[in-house]
Order: sequence, then C-alpha cells, then structure tokens
Amino acid sequence: MNIIEVKDATKKFGDFTAVNNITFSVKQGENFAFLGPNGAGKTTSIKMLTTLLEPTSGSVVLNGFDVIKYPDEARHSFGIVFQDPSVDTEMTAYENMELHAVMYAVPKSVYKPRIQELLELVDLWDRKDSLVKDFSGGMKRRLEIARGLLHHPKVLFLDEPTLGLDPQTRNHMWSYIKNLNQKEGLTVFFTTHYMEEADKNADRVAIIDQGVIVASGTPAELKESTKSATLEDAFLELTGKHIREESTGMDAKRLTNRMWGR
Amino acid sequence: MGQVVFLSFPRRRESRYLKLDSRLRGNDKYNKMSTIYILWLRQLKRYVRSKQRMFASLAQPLLFLFAFGFGFGSTFAKAGEGSYIQFLAPGIIAMTVMFTAVFSGIEIIWDKQFGFLKETLVAPVSRFNIMLGRTLGGTTVAFIQGIIVLLITLLAGFKPALSGVPLAIVFMFLLALFFTAFGTMIASKLDDMQSFPLIINFLVMPLFFLSGALFPIVGLPTVFNIIVHANPLSYAVDGIRGALIGQHVFSFGLDALILFVIAFVCLYIGAEFFKRIQA
Ligand SMILES: Nc1ncnc2c1ncn2[C@@H]1O[C@H](COP(=O)(O)OP(=O)(O)OP(=O)(O)O)[C@@H](O)[C@H]1O
Ligand SMILES: [Mg+2]
Repeated sequence: MNIIEVKDATKKFGDFTAVNNITFSVKQGENFAFLGPNGAGKTTSIKMLTTLLEPTSGSVVLNGFDVIKYPDEARHSFGIVFQDPSVDTEMTAYENMELHAVMYAVPKSVYKPRIQELLELVDLWDRKDSLVKDFSGGMKRRLEIARGLLHHPKVLFLDEPTLGLDPQTRNHMWSYIKNLNQKEGLTVFFTTHYMEEADKNADRVAIIDQGVIVASGTPAELKESTKSATLEDAFLELTGKHIREESTGMDAKRLTNRMWGR
Repeated sequence: MGQVVFLSFPRRRESRYLKLDSRLRGNDKYNKMSTIYILWLRQLKRYVRSKQRMFASLAQPLLFLFAFGFGFGSTFAKAGEGSYIQFLAPGIIAMTVMFTAVFSGIEIIWDKQFGFLKETLVAPVSRFNIMLGRTLGGTTVAFIQGIIVLLITLLAGFKPALSGVPLAIVFMFLLALFFTAFGTMIASKLDDMQSFPLIINFLVMPLFFLSGALFPIVGLPTVFNIIVHANPLSYAVDGIRGALIGQHVFSFGLDALILFVIAFVCLYIGAEFFKRIQA
C-alpha cells in the first residue's frame, strides 16, 4: 500500500515555481529520503504534504486522505520534525511535550511514561523543567525529535533532523527510528544533506533539483546508473557541481540562524 | 475526470469510518476541550513568566491616570462635573483591558516568526479551536491586567460602588474578548512584528480618544458625536463606568448587546482569517 501518493504537485510563490509538477509515492513502512541542493524545493514539498501549504495544483494523498479535502484526518496520520525551530522557547521541555500530547489526544496515562522515555532517549530528562530558551541549538533539535515521535504517527516527516546534532545523538535517533520502523511499520520521509546518512538509512531516494524530481530509486540503483562509488558522487553527478543561490527570505534567515548556531 | 470521482468515493467512506472510530473512543470532545484549555494555559504561563511585559503594560495606564487625574482634576471640578478621578478610573481600566487585549495579537506574529505556530497548525485539531484557545488566553490576561489597574485606582483614591463590581467585571471580560479577537484578526493577516504596533496604534488610538474614557461624551459637536456612537469602545466604557459609579450615557442593555455582537463578529472573522494562515 502507498501511504504517500503525490501526483503532479506544483507550488508557486507568485511567479516563482518552487515545486514543479512532482509525482512520487512512498510505500507503507518505507524509509524514504528526499535529497536535493539548497532551495531545491524539499521543505516546500514537505509543507504541501503536511497541510501547511496548499498546492497550487496537483494532489497529495496521505494515508488514504486527500490533504486538502480531509486535512484533520491526514494530520492524525503523521508527525513532523521541521527544519526550522518550532518549539515554544518560553515553556519548559516537559510543557512542550505535554502540549503536543494533549493536541494529539494522547491519554495522560500513556503520555507520561512516553514523555519520560523519549526525553531520556534524547538525553534531556534531567533538563525537563528548564525553559527551552536556555537550551543549546542541539538540545532544541533533540527536543523536537522527541516531540515528533510522541504520538506514534504512521508517517514521520523529518526535514534535516540531524542538522547540528552530535554523532552520538544521530546514532541514537536513527536506531530508535529504525526500531519503530521494523516493529510498527512506521514510514519515514526525511531530507538531509549528509549523503552517507541517506545511503545508510534510506530504502529509496528521490533527488529533487530546482523543483523537479530528477532521479529516484534505491541508493544502489542511483550509484549504478551514474557509475558512482558513493551516493554523494551520484548526487553531484545528477545535480551538477555549482552552488545554488536561490536562498532568499526564510532561507536566508535560517542560514543566519544556522551560522549563529541557533 | 471519471477517475477522480472513482478515487474520491472510497476516501470519503474512509473518513467517515475514522470519525466514527474516534467517537467510539470517546475522546473527540475531550480532545477539543483540552486543546482549548492547554493553549489557554500556555498564554497564562507566558504572561506570568514575563514580569517585564506585565509591568511595561501597566506603565501606560498609570501614566494616564496620574497625568490626567492630577492634571485635569481641578478644571473638571470647577466645571461642575464632580471628582475627576471617579470619572477617569473606569476609563483607565477600559483602556488597560483594550490595549492589553489587542496587543496580545502580536503573539501570533511572534509564533509565526519563531516557528511555534507551525506546530499547532499541523496538529489534528481544528484551527477554530486553536484560535479560540489562544484568544481566550489573551482575553484572560487582558482581564487580569484590568483587575490589577482597578486595584491600583483604589489606591489612587477611586471609590467605586462595590455592588457594581460584578457587572463591571462582565463588561471588562466582553471588552477583552472583543479586542483580543480583533488583534487576532489583524495579526493573522500580517507577517512582520514591526507593522503590527503601527497598524494597531493607527486603528486603536482614535477609538480610545473618542470613547469617553478621558472626558464626558455629552454635548460634543455632531461629527464627534456620530463617531462616539459608532465606536464600540464607548459602550464598554459606558458599561464599566455605569456599573462602578452609576454614571450612564447609554443603558446596560445596549452596552452589553453591542459588545456581545461585535465580540462575536470579530471572533468569527478572526477565526476565518486564522484558518487561512499558511506557514
Ligand atoms: N514563502 C515563500 N515565498 C517565496 N518563496 C519561497 C517561500 N518558501 C520557499 N520559497 C522559495 O522556494 C524555493 C524552495 O525552497 P525550499 O525551502 O523548499 O528549499 P529546500 O530544498 O528545503 O532547501 P534547503 O536545503 O536549503 O532547506 C527557494 O528558492 C525558496 O526561496
Ligand atoms: Mg529545506
């Protein structure tokens, strides 16, 4: 069964086409990587998949629900870790988790132990009562990951989840997610700029460049078709070697945030 | 095209199934209530934690209270209008509630810029409930600020009729609801933090000066008279002042009716605008 079904989806911002007529599907239980240079349209695609942006044209069906016609049903089906920060810094780590649990109707008897389990996983349990504004960039990131897993979604969207994380946390996170993936059939849709990460964790990869999907397949298939030794070489072969300069608006802000380690 | 119809049919059945399923689980209603509650609680926690904001937003009413109260007191008494502090205090209370309420809208823009809004917008709860929880939170905060200023005016020599306090509280609450919803309405349409205060001041300052908060609204020139009557804040000021010192221009019934209607109109429009936010 295809749990994500995207057909001819396009997103325009004024005259600019950020995502151009993309079509792809992801099977239930798959680990799917969405790769592409800066400004390729990965985040925009994820926003269309997660009801934050309405596609200019085309359709997106998630867990059987058209995201435009049945947004609430679709929202029940997924969890997401955004590329940009999305925690409330004026609240504590625990309060952020609890608010999420309540909005997703997780009963208290379930969410209390789960919050502890997840905060221990990301090594924040002893900081659970600290305000998030006092956290380091990596700690905030870890909190977002814990929160995305809290309500046991069917599909988990991870937009550059490991950005700014140390190798220990990265390892922890992936082994936890893979475990969910095997035990509960969790589908994972992630983006990353670390090609080894995609190579290691993805069953299938799609490469998007300038809003268009230029290639898709298993990492092995992509390497084979481009006659490359690594996924990184395959990626460079498919998307060219010049640096993208599309970064504007939110992107520019995010880059500054990144530079300042926020 | 025939294919589209075919595709949408099973989907619709599935959606009904999901709704039925959640009704069986019995947590649908609970979920709505608790979402509104937790978002309300969030606003309150943020308010209590931000002492600076609390004090900063008390500075303006205090300035008005003392500058106008002591500045115009004697002129007012000489004109045969009685004690100015008695007249002014209800106006200052209304002003506090109004400004705190309308400026709570900035938290929406704040949450847009700092990303937290996305977290609520992808949650499987209706955007109306998200908006309602936030708005009730802002309303409560504005209401509390109004109570604090009421207590301060007592220290400054204000002597309200105690029996009128419950009714004044009702009017303060309606006023808070109205202007929080109004702030939400504006904030849902804006993206940057700088333009919000500018727009709000441009819209709200004239309302404030032409509401009878600072001076009596009887015997004004016709143009002003029309504006005063078209200004919803006039009715809130009248209701609060009527309750606290028994001085009326309109009637409690009219005051309450107008505030009710306008509060719900703003709530409705605010909810519509909020639903359309794309993050
Ligand atoms: N709200 C918006 N208004 C206008 N343009 C936008 C908006 N959001 C994104 N864009 C543009 O759309 C393009 C795709 O952006 P997107 O964020 O999807 O890229 P990305 O693949 O996620 O890149 P990165 O790897 O840097 O995160 C960029 O050129 C960006 O400037
Ligand atoms: Mg991105």
